[in-house]
Amino acid sequence: MPDPTSPAARVPFGETERTTAIAFALMVALFAVAPVVVYPVFLMNVLCMALFACAFNLLIGFGGLLSFGHAMFLGMAGYVCAHAAKVWGLPPEAAIALGTAASALLGLVTGLLAIRSQGIYFAMITLALAQMVYFFCLQAPFTHGEDGIQSVPRGKLFAVLDLNNIWVLYYVVLAIFVGAFLLIYRTVHSPFGQVLKAIRENEPRAISLGYDADRYKLLAFVLSAALSGLAGATKAIVFQLASLTDVHWTMSGEVVLMTLLGGMGTIFGPVAGALVIVGLQNYLAPLGQWVTVITGAIFVVCVLAFRRGIVGELAAWWAKRRA
Amino acid sequence: MKAIRFSLTALTLVVAASAAQAQISDGVIKIGVLSDMSSLYTDLAGAGSVAAARMAVEDSGIEKRGYKVEIVSADHQNKPDVGSAITRQWYDVDKVDVIVDTPNSGVALAVNQITRDKGKAFLVSGAASSDLTGKACSPNTIHWTYDTWMLANGTGSSIVKTGGDTWFFLTADYAFGLALERDTEAVVLKNGGKVLGKVRHPLNTQDFSSFLLQAQASKAKIIGLANAGGDTTNSIKQAAEFGIVKGGQNLAGLLVFLTDIHALGLPTAQGLIVTNTFYWDSNDQTRAFAKRFAERDKGIYPTMIHAGVYSALTHYLKAVEALKSDDGTKVIAKMKETPTDDPLFGKGSIRVDGRKIHPAYLVEVKKPSESKGPWDYYKVRATIPADQAFRPLKDGECPLVK
Repeated sequence: MPDPTSPAARVPFGETERTTAIAFALMVALFAVAPVVVYPVFLMNVLCMALFACAFNLLIGFGGLLSFGHAMFLGMAGYVCAHAAKVWGLPPEAAIALGTAASALLGLVTGLLAIRSQGIYFAMITLALAQMVYFFCLQAPFTHGEDGIQSVPRGKLFAVLDLNNIWVLYYVVLAIFVGAFLLIYRTVHSPFGQVLKAIRENEPRAISLGYDADRYKLLAFVLSAALSGLAGATKAIVFQLASLTDVHWTMSGEVVLMTLLGGMGTIFGPVAGALVIVGLQNYLAPLGQWVTVITGAIFVVCVLAFRRGIVGELAAWWAKRRA
Repeated sequence: MKAIRFSLTALTLVVAASAAQAQISDGVIKIGVLSDMSSLYTDLAGAGSVAAARMAVEDSGIEKRGYKVEIVSADHQNKPDVGSAITRQWYDVDKVDVIVDTPNSGVALAVNQITRDKGKAFLVSGAASSDLTGKACSPNTIHWTYDTWMLANGTGSSIVKTGGDTWFFLTADYAFGLALERDTEAVVLKNGGKVLGKVRHPLNTQDFSSFLLQAQASKAKIIGLANAGGDTTNSIKQAAEFGIVKGGQNLAGLLVFLTDIHALGLPTAQGLIVTNTFYWDSNDQTRAFAKRFAERDKGIYPTMIHAGVYSALTHYLKAVEALKSDDGTKVIAKMKETPTDDPLFGKGSIRVDGRKIHPAYLVEVKKPSESKGPWDYYKVRATIPADQAFRPLKDGECPLVK
């Protein structure tokens, strides 16, 4: 077995255009028909968390930056969106846009500070900033502390689509997810994405080639923050609630877990990871505290046995079979 | 022809047999006990609430009369998002008809709204915020056991009247604590007292030292604990370590449950003034209930929340049987119409805003020397009659009251 941490073994770009297209079509088709058999609210939770994990993956998988404070973008966007929809009475599309914008702005401010460092220091700085945001959300009057912002109206999207209808809501969430997913795919495969990968592999060399590494990293950070915000804002509309859970550091940990479990640096990995983790939390909920133990055990097994994650291992197996 | 007649007869029989369940959705009355199963409120509600719900179903004898009843339970972890996700799933997928208990007002307010949107039924025993029958009142919710107004009016006013006229609040920073602080402050001011300050602590706090030092520095005669469960026992224990009571200040536990007294022990808890709506050692019926309950719940004696779950479900099942339907909105309306009567709370009624009305008791925690046995903790100092125990209907700002 090749060393999975070596760049060559990371697989991410082993996927050919055609298999990716087929896999993408398969994923969208599955999500489109799934609500017939699976509880739609659960699926919407999966979609939101999958989007969150994809946004996180953009930063760690393709930019090599391990942020340990991504919950601040998810949670802050949720609060802003919920407040805009409930108190200011904005329509859902405006509320979601505002939430996303708030997270992008937060991403810009925190990013300017954080990208100056690397590795563990980067993780610690993002964690520290996220904790500040957490305590802000705990104390700020508009977030209502432990209670969160409750009974957020779903409203009508573009004044025509009634989001109180669970089916309409589901396909709107699916559309948001697919749109953001395609944006991430496009970003990764654009010249910008190539430069980002170059910086990840060897930053001094990228700089010596004339690329302004900090600017690229900041842009990636802001993009990731905005997309995390989009996930958080959508989640607030789906659950009609914005709460502290989404800004708590455990959420930042969970997204790392989802991404690693699914396959860091693969396009589909985070989606698979989100599906597994949210599914476990949902279907094992009657076991109470044991859920944490089980997800922990799965994480250990994953790190020991298949370090490329679910999708990473599948892609490697597929590539080997074809070779 | 014969075959047709036979099948018709068979069909008639089947129809007759299932007549009792004609209007019961999915043929089962499904009860969801949503509670804190693992954290600071688990002793005062938690598994005990599930046991109380089982006992209510068994004692009602409804299953012998052809109804099917099923009880499910879940842990909301004191998080509104977890609680509302469970609630949605219960109503949408698992076909739960009624949710009971739900300590933690933040979670209860979320469940209250979803229950209303889905037209189901919500019987609150564990949560305290008086907003559940005030601004947030709903035609699908009944607030059974107690509320923050009642606690303020009981414990708060009795303390002000006996000379405790300067207060400092130590408040759990969420819907429940804030409501209890608000309602108690109103009572203190009304009776000529003064509030010198307040400090808010996060839910489920382990270390109260900085909060208690602020309370000590305020020089207030009374430190009002607007918190509950593990938070109350922690703050009382730590106040003892700081010598706050020895220094001349008094603690007022605004919401203290029997299980909290048990956790504190009488040497620490003695002399506390507590307001309750149920005490197991009141009469033969409550004593018999407590004994049966303790056998099922690890020897824990029932708190008022456990008793409230039992009493509320007893009344709920009666209404379901009377209507032959488990439609949430209709059952709640029927429950409000019908006077209540059960072995634990006696006779009572339910107001249009969803407030269940019964007397409240101002009790004092016994000295260790006065206690005759385990769980013998309270002596009743005064009874607040049912018509004075709860907030007057007109003061609640409930939109259902016209």
